[in-house]
Amino acid sequence: MLSGNKRLNALLGLGIGAFLIVPWYRVDRGFFSFEWPSDFLVSSDLAPGLLQIFAEGRVWLALALALFLIGGSARFMTDANKRGRLLVVTGSIGILFMALQGLAISFTGWAWTFPETTFGALPLGQPAMGAGAIVTSLIFVLFIAFGLAERGFMKGDAFVVGSISILIFLVTVFIFYPIGSMFAGSVQDFDGSFKPDGFIRNMQDPAIWSLDCVFGGNRCGVAWRTLFLAVLSGLGSTTLGLAFALVATRTRFPFKKGLRLLTVLPIITPPFVIGLALTLLFGRSGVVTQGLDTLFGIEPSRWLYGLTGIWIAQVLSFTPISFLVLIGVVEGVSPSMEEASQTLRADRWRTFWRVSLPLMKPGLANAFLIGFIESMADFGNPLVLGGSHGVLSTEIFFAVVGSQVDPSRAAVLAIILLSFTLTAFLAQRMWLSGKNFATVTGKGDSGAHAGLPKSLSLTVYGIVLPWMGFTIVVYGMILFGGFVKTWGLDNSLTLEHYARAFSVTFQDGALVWTGVAWNSFWTTMEIALISAPLTAAVGLLTAYIIVRQKFAGKNAFEFALMMSFAIPGTVIGISYIMAFNLPPIEMTGSALILVACFVFRNMPVGVRGGIAAMSQLDKSLDEASLTLRANSARTLRKVILPLLRPAITAALVYSFVRAITSISAVIFLVSAEYNMATSYIVGLVENGEYGIAIAYSSMLIFVMITVIAGFQFLVGERRLRRENRVSGMAKSSKIRIAQEKTA
Amino acid sequence: MTDLKPGSVVFENVRKDFGTFTAIPDLSITIEPGTLVTLLGPSGCGKTTTLRMLAGLEHPTSGRILIGGRDVTMVPAHERDVSMVFQSYALFPHMNALDNVAYGLESSGYKKREARERAEEGLTQVGLSGMGHRLPAELSGGQQQRVAVARALVLNPQVLLLDEPLSNLDARLRRRVRTEIRELQQRLGFTAVYVTHDQDEALAVSDRIVVMKDGKIAQEGAPRELYEEPVSEFIADFMGEANVVSCEIVGRDGDDALIDVGGLQHRLRARQATSGQAKLAVRPGSVMLNPEGAAGLGGEILTAAYLGDHVEYEIETPVGNFFVIDHSVERSFAPRTAVSLGFRNRGLALIEA
Repeated sequence: MLSGNKRLNALLGLGIGAFLIVPWYRVDRGFFSFEWPSDFLVSSDLAPGLLQIFAEGRVWLALALALFLIGGSARFMTDANKRGRLLVVTGSIGILFMALQGLAISFTGWAWTFPETTFGALPLGQPAMGAGAIVTSLIFVLFIAFGLAERGFMKGDAFVVGSISILIFLVTVFIFYPIGSMFAGSVQDFDGSFKPDGFIRNMQDPAIWSLDCVFGGNRCGVAWRTLFLAVLSGLGSTTLGLAFALVATRTRFPFKKGLRLLTVLPIITPPFVIGLALTLLFGRSGVVTQGLDTLFGIEPSRWLYGLTGIWIAQVLSFTPISFLVLIGVVEGVSPSMEEASQTLRADRWRTFWRVSLPLMKPGLANAFLIGFIESMADFGNPLVLGGSHGVLSTEIFFAVVGSQVDPSRAAVLAIILLSFTLTAFLAQRMWLSGKNFATVTGKGDSGAHAGLPKSLSLTVYGIVLPWMGFTIVVYGMILFGGFVKTWGLDNSLTLEHYARAFSVTFQDGALVWTGVAWNSFWTTMEIALISAPLTAAVGLLTAYIIVRQKFAGKNAFEFALMMSFAIPGTVIGISYIMAFNLPPIEMTGSALILVACFVFRNMPVGVRGGIAAMSQLDKSLDEASLTLRANSARTLRKVILPLLRPAITAALVYSFVRAITSISAVIFLVSAEYNMATSYIVGLVENGEYGIAIAYSSMLIFVMITVIAGFQFLVGERRLRRENRVSGMAKSSKIRIAQEKTA
Repeated sequence: MTDLKPGSVVFENVRKDFGTFTAIPDLSITIEPGTLVTLLGPSGCGKTTTLRMLAGLEHPTSGRILIGGRDVTMVPAHERDVSMVFQSYALFPHMNALDNVAYGLESSGYKKREARERAEEGLTQVGLSGMGHRLPAELSGGQQQRVAVARALVLNPQVLLLDEPLSNLDARLRRRVRTEIRELQQRLGFTAVYVTHDQDEALAVSDRIVVMKDGKIAQEGAPRELYEEPVSEFIADFMGEANVVSCEIVGRDGDDALIDVGGLQHRLRARQATSGQAKLAVRPGSVMLNPEGAAGLGGEILTAAYLGDHVEYEIETPVGNFFVIDHSVERSFAPRTAVSLGFRNRGLALIEA
């Protein structure tokens, strides 16, 4: 087994590096700033693994070294079965040991009490894991993978087994570990001891669960309010989405193209922008409020700040998503069904009610659940419009950053929010799966869709036209708002906001970015650019494994991944700061945590796009490549990736754009050094600097339109002229981008 | 394509489960180097699974597979010395014909230039020289098929695997291409394993045929053996149609047996049959029809269909219904006519009861 030895050699080399030439523990100033080599071997903090064991007295690490050496000795065995077993065993013990020692031994010694009583106190603790420790952990994971491959797992394909192991490892570390830490955090005191008081107190808090709005005429608990809002937003956006979809597909509406443009809006709009625009219209000093005051003497009130305002903003935000989902549903109803109904003497009205609408039912339910989950997860709009009537996601935020810092309360609220969204997600998966009546068969389905009954078409026009007008006004406000001095007070036009945010001056012949926005703008660009390719790579690799490989536990793997997408950003944010603030993994305040957050939150895009695109590629193409002496890595690179180019582009653009517009998780993770555009804008809004906030938002929208248009142009130029299958993919992937918002 | 080294193939007690479903319970096959062996059987019989295990695209649950004497049971597909022609051809749509053929060579570590030269040579071998720059979509079905063959052959595999290579061609082309494949195999002398469900194709190209049913070998032998001496009703019916009726062995004479079918006496090779009740397989073309009153088995025509060069009859007799192909078109019988049936000397076989 020559190739088996080759990859083991690589691992051994890597391991020697991990123990000898990089710091074992976390470098305070950042590993990638590469300031550490100058002090390496001098400073004890930077000592590599070997020195940590023999010079610094961290003897427990010797066990990791021993396991690594024993596993490595498999290199010199010849019986594939035996060495496979040795690798799997040492790898499993190794990774378990790395995790345990990381969790159990913290800065000052034992982090838990029971080892202290059994083994006695440790003379010294350890900082968070650094390059050496992380590489060693990865090596143990790969030990397992290569061992399994040598024993014939996944047809002996080391690349595939390795990918699966690494993906499971990453998902565990970046999704399940943080969520677990959050659960643990809810029953822990500040010093880490078990103290469920906070958990119990918060779980019973009437501010969360009270039903006073039904019985006492008072306000309901925040959990019920959020649920109520989510149901209303789901209903509102589904109704509007259906109306839009009907207009776009079943009427002779002249501006259908423009209607479809609407679907791009949710992708490029930062989530709080709608709320911001509504403030400019209906807030106390908003245009409409002021107008009504002067014209009719209607007193300005604060009606916008509360559930009503959030509801309007959410329906505005989510209608395009629901529209996108429902276009597919409405078009999916086979015309021949409707024609059959008409030949059976049913008039248009009866055809619509008895045939078309029932066929759309599962699609409508799906759209509703998507709106529901989106509303639950929404953070931007409630933050801008919520005022004191918060919802779960904002309450979580204020429980951490507000005056009453209560991590236990934040964790409890996050658990409640999570259980709502996961229930909706499970409902979507279990109840709706296999209930899709949409009848697109791929065989040419001839015939024309029945027109809408007259009264219905009048109704949908009556809904759609005003709403479109409203949407245009709202987006107009966003573009226009940045040029107005102070809303309501001084409506003169000015470039002042743009100048303050984006001014550039020349000093000593060099360009100086003097605008206040530049700092966060460039950070955002940098982090979005780093995370986009990583997101696409991880997502597509996952898709490849889900579509093309069969292995025990695959369904569980896929389900766990998909489920992680139903976790609201706020929950991710709170769990990340709870998990990655202390050893063994310490990342808060770094760019790394932002990148990790984006990669694992936006991965669904790559996964879903990849799954859809890859299922259209005939499996025999991979198999042909395999029988032509190409291993699966080469197959992926030479055959699958080139054929997936449109999907890759879509994943890249989308993850880039999402990294720019995301707020809910980001707001927990930003630091002074790494501030993102969205959280900076939210900060501006909180300070009442609406002008700059709006100016900055429109700038972001402009940048994103440029990026999307640019990519679209590039892909359009290089469109494969070859098989139908491929070009069909290129077309549909555009639509798919937007559907990902539904995750 | 000069240094071919045909290899043998051995399956030793191979078993393959998919979850709880057992596709192949226990399969042992030996294939001699340089022969073309066909795996034949209805869909779901395990023939494709067998081929895919040979290619390394599936791994057996238990048992061993040897190629050219080397145990490859756990060797991944890309490290095996076999190559495969796929039913759908599986040409890479984003590469032209030459790149498709060169792909395997480059994967095996040839320098780009040499890979291209050999690929060019391979295309010439299948009569496609100068077509290398075309994309698969710009080639006809037959040409795509030849590119797929060239792509597999340039690797000089010990064994070439063909998975229903003709099923995407129209009937006329199919006949021509199968002759070409057989010619190429004879000329270059490689070992080939050929999967099909079409018995004509199998009869035309094979040195040996392995007929499979439910993951087991139903019968194995040379084409003529299978057609003329089917061991079971399944084989008799699968290798060209057959009427299976019960008969009685009334006497033995050396290798021959005397049988009685509803009063009609006939003499044929006994094979393993001894005496008593037996089953007789009769090819539709081996029945002679005479007007009523002649000696033989009496029957009545149920349906008659005129098909140009022959007439097909469904005939009811005391021992069961017969499907008969009669080439004497000028003298046809109308339905509900009584006839007398006799047997020719060829096309009859005693099979397992």
